[in-house]
Amino acid sequence: METASGLARAREPVFELKPNRSFATRHALAVEDLRAGLSLWRLTWMLGWLDIRLRYRGSVLGPGWLTLSTAIMIAALGFLYSALFHTNLHNYLPFLALSMILWNFLSTIVGEACTCFLQAEGTIRAIRMPFFLHAGRMLVRNVLVLAHNIPVVIAVYLIFAIAPGATALIAVPAFALWLIDGIAIAYLLGIFCARFRDVPPIVASVMQIGFFVSPIIWEPSTLATKWQHLLPLNPFYTLLEVVRGPLLGTAPSLEVWASAVGYSLFITLVAWLLFVRARHRVAFWI
Amino acid sequence: MAGISVRNITVDFPLYHGSSRSLKKTVFAAASGRVGQDRQHRVVVQALSGVSFALGSGDRLGLVGNNGAGKTTLLRVLAGIYEPVAGDVTIAGSVTALLDPNLGMNQDLTGRENVLLRGLYSGLSPPAIRRLEEDVRDFAELGDFLDLPVRLYSSGMMVRLGFALATAIRPQVLLMDEWFLAGDAAFMEKARERLESMVRGAEILVLSSHVGPVLQAWCTRVIWLEQGRIRMDGPAEPVLEQYLGHKLPPPAAGAALTDAIVAARA
Repeated sequence: METASGLARAREPVFELKPNRSFATRHALAVEDLRAGLSLWRLTWMLGWLDIRLRYRGSVLGPGWLTLSTAIMIAALGFLYSALFHTNLHNYLPFLALSMILWNFLSTIVGEACTCFLQAEGTIRAIRMPFFLHAGRMLVRNVLVLAHNIPVVIAVYLIFAIAPGATALIAVPAFALWLIDGIAIAYLLGIFCARFRDVPPIVASVMQIGFFVSPIIWEPSTLATKWQHLLPLNPFYTLLEVVRGPLLGTAPSLEVWASAVGYSLFITLVAWLLFVRARHRVAFWI
Repeated sequence: MAGISVRNITVDFPLYHGSSRSLKKTVFAAASGRVGQDRQHRVVVQALSGVSFALGSGDRLGLVGNNGAGKTTLLRVLAGIYEPVAGDVTIAGSVTALLDPNLGMNQDLTGRENVLLRGLYSGLSPPAIRRLEEDVRDFAELGDFLDLPVRLYSSGMMVRLGFALATAIRPQVLLMDEWFLAGDAAFMEKARERLESMVRGAEILVLSSHVGPVLQAWCTRVIWLEQGRIRMDGPAEPVLEQYLGHKLPPPAAGAALTDAIVAARA
């Protein structure tokens, strides 16, 4: 007890809110939120991890369900679509498996971004915590779900004897870009959804449309040539492709990269400006 | 040196949600006369208005007032949860706000996991968290239950765990809401000593409570809030006498204080 207190006493933080609510002041507070949030990585990780563990506590397979349900979905869809579209299963199934796994990751992040602050209402009202914590927790949770799907991807690689080779390493920086986008979208939608309660259904509809208009279950090459050159304008496609392409052994083209990075910069900038502007109001909105 | 300085703060609550804004407006206007519209014509409730005070090391402040007077809002401002729309706030020192008895407590996690989470919320290092765990286990008398999910605990065990966790970390500035005085008589007697040592250990205490004897025993200064404004501010006894409308008995201490708390809740 005494030692715990000694630790808490060692720091003497000063919390200050001045009447000068200028952009610079707000920006500094937002940066401080980000810094404090990153230093709480241990808590962020623990909360995300416990979310997964609690979801499957008491079930026999535990988080193994994540792996199993993905495997079942991929196998069923693969056989169904190859029969429907008469595509060659050998080429199509690996494409479909990666597309579905990665798209599920992205669309779940976008969906849960809407509720990341609303769900943390109890904590936000009880203790001053960086908002980054709630965004990070959502991201950690989804990265862990994605990690559970890695065995499915490896199984697909083995069954179809695919080796993406060194090209796959390009997926690493692309995935880092996803993580930044994930935090940005959590700030952006988390704040919007706290203020306007009808945003989540709109977001869900947009994601549904995105799913159908983007080459996720259909291959880009099946698109008519006159539409092909418009594909890099689709943020869903380019952002998906920077990770999916390398994992299938094709390096993304320069246009795809430019589009993915460009859209990411845009989202991050908008999210940051919104966060700087609205951070101090979120506690009143939830 | 811990210190709190609050100058002329105003906190407005926007009312965005609800099907009928006009009905709400009428009801609230009739109830308190504190409903107005801000520049963008949103309906707002003024929770605090023009509140100023300063506290230094050794100060013990009690907050009294009716429900809705702004006591909890003021505690949340001091905890940095609500940022006021006007005025400035400076708080030096580590702050612990005991506002929600179940902060971060998850019913499906074991006692041990909950202790770990609370330690992480407080920014403790792994060795400090281990010590926290021992301290909580000893005080809450949980024994082997520490490794069972909290939802299996009896209500007494729940209260003991929540209380042990909340009081294990000693801050410089302690903000406490009145829920803290809940619990059965036998537990209060045990808890009071721990609470008193925590209160004594804090450089600054801000306590919101309805229980006169507690404020009288622990606080040197009392602020009476009414409709978000300071109605009276001064030494504990005169303000409490004005607020309660009767003369105060001599200050209670020790077991008598426990009895007073239990009696006040009954």
